[in-house]
Amino acid sequence: MAEPHREIIVTDGPLLVSGPVEIVLPDGRRVKSDRPVTALCVCKRSRRQPFCDTSHRCRVRSGDNDQEEDRAQQETSSTG
Amino acid sequence: MLSRKLARPVEPPTLPQPRGPLSAAVLDALRRGPFVLSVPEDADPYGDDLQLALYCCYELHYRGFAGVHDEREWNPLLLTARAAMERLFLSALRGDVPGGSDDDDVDAELAILLVEPIDAHGVSHHLRRDGELWQLREYVALRSLYHLKEADPQAFVIARLEGPAKAAMVSIEHDEYGAGDPDRMHARLFADMMDALELSSAYGHYLDAAPAEALAEVNLMSMCGLHRGLRGALIGQFATVELTSSPGSDRLVKALHRLDAPAAAVEFYAEHVEADAVHEQVVRRGVIAPMLAAEPQLARDVVFGIRASGMLADRLSALLLHSWAQHRSALRRPLSDAPALVGTTP
Repeated sequence: MAEPHREIIVTDGPLLVSGPVEIVLPDGRRVKSDRPVTALCVCKRSRRQPFCDTSHRCRVRSGDNDQEEDRAQQETSSTG
Repeated sequence: MLSRKLARPVEPPTLPQPRGPLSAAVLDALRRGPFVLSVPEDADPYGDDLQLALYCCYELHYRGFAGVHDEREWNPLLLTARAAMERLFLSALRGDVPGGSDDDDVDAELAILLVEPIDAHGVSHHLRRDGELWQLREYVALRSLYHLKEADPQAFVIARLEGPAKAAMVSIEHDEYGAGDPDRMHARLFADMMDALELSSAYGHYLDAAPAEALAEVNLMSMCGLHRGLRGALIGQFATVELTSSPGSDRLVKALHRLDAPAAAVEFYAEHVEADAVHEQVVRRGVIAPMLAAEPQLARDVVFGIRASGMLADRLSALLLHSWAQHRSALRRPLSDAPALVGTTP
């Protein structure tokens, strides 16, 4: 019986691939990821290609949106 | 799976100095044997005295303290005092953050965290733009209270989750613990960064230096991790960190490069840029969504956890930026390279 197809999840941000994976870049370079899940950049804005660095996120000036006003100055500066 | 380094000896930290009558009583009880402790109802829930006393009670569930018997972890007198402090802390938090109704919308709350304000001025923004090395070292010293036990407070919640939410939470925690490689464990990477920045990476070394604002953040994690009834809040806290960590870590990588920090100092935050871009996705889709599908009543506590951790982070950020703007240390015990003529506690 054939192996089940690997699932790749398409999000509003990166592509999520179950790891470990090896990614072949346009120049032939191969990059490995041993993470349980790897987030691949598809917006091309990441500075850590081919991986997502959350650069796809909406960037706003505080006050652009009333709803975000409370949190706009917040910088939780936490690391997980 | 096997570390290339020898295991380091496990040495429990020494007890800190008291900061008031409550912490003095708790430290005395830890040292000499528990007695009935009274927690005054008017104790400042965010103050140094209560936060340190609570921190010490929680620490019994992690590494303990040198000279404190392991069995005190479950001593009823200490647990009674801890519960009284938790009531004060929790009710202050619930009173100080908005929400707490069935109308609380987790998706809307997460959406706010997923927007990157370009004109924000937080600690990592400051350190990236024009922070000084002594300020970065202070920040790392304070952060060590959590990061040397990174992922441990959240590991308590695993047993309280079910099915897909549990599986996804374990996959994130597995990554935090180095995905099988102890040298890649985030707490290990943090210790390596501390060594590279010539800070002590001994567990608990900077407890006496940490102001209440830094203790409160870790106490929130411990409280929510240790109480099954606060599992929703723990997931909210965890999501806040995972969702906001990547951009902040990227700024800290830039700060470390700008300050010519050694390569070993950069790896911790560099790892978090990538790891937390993944964790953000897994915590939203894998943990929160199935948990709320199974237990929709937890939504209000998830929102509470997000807002409470955001508020405590803002308090610490304000303290650091205010102290640094006045060119003085934010630590209770300044490091040797902090500006002279300091040493008073704000």
